[in-house]
Amino acid sequence: MQYIDPHIHMISRVTDDYHRMAQCGCVAISEPAFWAGFDRGSVEGFRDYFHHLVEVEPKRAALFGIRHFSWLCINAKEAENVSLSRDVIAMIPEFLQRPNVLGIGEIGLNKNTKNEAIIFQEHMDLAAKTDELILIHTPHLEDKYKGTRMIVDMLKNDSRVKPHRVCVDHVEEHTVKLALDNGFWCGMTLYPTTKCTPARAVDIIEMVGTEKIMANSAGDWGKSDPLAVPELILEMRRRGHPETAIRKVVYENPLDFFRQSARWQEPFSLLNFSK
Amino acid sequence: MDPRVKAVAAPKVLEQSFLEARSKLLDIAAILDRINRGDSSDAVHQDVKIGRIMEALKILEGKTPHKAEQIQKLFSLPYDANWEIPSPRY
Repeated sequence: MQYIDPHIHMISRVTDDYHRMAQCGCVAISEPAFWAGFDRGSVEGFRDYFHHLVEVEPKRAALFGIRHFSWLCINAKEAENVSLSRDVIAMIPEFLQRPNVLGIGEIGLNKNTKNEAIIFQEHMDLAAKTDELILIHTPHLEDKYKGTRMIVDMLKNDSRVKPHRVCVDHVEEHTVKLALDNGFWCGMTLYPTTKCTPARAVDIIEMVGTEKIMANSAGDWGKSDPLAVPELILEMRRRGHPETAIRKVVYENPLDFFRQSARWQEPFSLLNFSK
Repeated sequence: MDPRVKAVAAPKVLEQSFLEARSKLLDIAAILDRINRGDSSDAVHQDVKIGRIMEALKILEGKTPHKAEQIQKLFSLPYDANWEIPSPRY
């Protein structure tokens, strides 16, 4: 089955992962800007990182027939440095018109601090000004519920936000309805120990349905599985869910969300079909 | 709700998941045994994390639905609805 991984950090994965993902049916991915594992010291560090996202990864992905898209921001972990964050936000428009950029993300909260909230709001100001899609990181573990409530508060407090143009990511059992009931898209992250297993993600789908929900691997430099979305496909099949429902979660939903971006390009496989 | 993804029949879930549940319960039991075997295990029993694990086990024991959601909330920090929301700038 063809699928899209809507959240994976390929900068920290080897080329073999692209190969295996393509073999498993991956036709497109989107890569949000994230924390590098250390705090970057200057806006130039981010400029180089964004260059990597918009130039290097699309070429590496294309070798395997995978479309690569990206999202730009300074992540919440580095938002405590408000001055650097503002410099990075001011620089982002240099890259916004590049052909594979889908919007602003993954913005969000980490430890739910005042500075993180300020920088989250300033990213939303940029997204409103430039009419970009928004991809949102919700915090980990004990911070997730509180942080997701705070993020929803900020989104609802901003009249410019169009919920159908926002995806709230890393939802779990206690936060999925906060996203869906307020009209946002949501993503479940299939990640060992700290987030959802494929089985729990399918439980969530059985409880809330298949509308406006997608699944991703968030594969990165931590212990993670770039083939986590195919694991979800197998789990849905194991439970007897029909192919149409599986396809909606792993392919049609991300496609519907991403197609709202003016810079979305159809997967190579769809283009070949139309020839 | 999408009718195509209704839950699997309960007897089938039990059949498919019994060994997995058994294995995960054994993992928890072994972790608690490991803690008890270690040096300074008395001090650890004052740790709030042990209390949370015990409260989570009580949730498993009860008959209420949505146990995963209840345990997620048990391990979550409280939310204050009166926090200071930043204002949009434009």
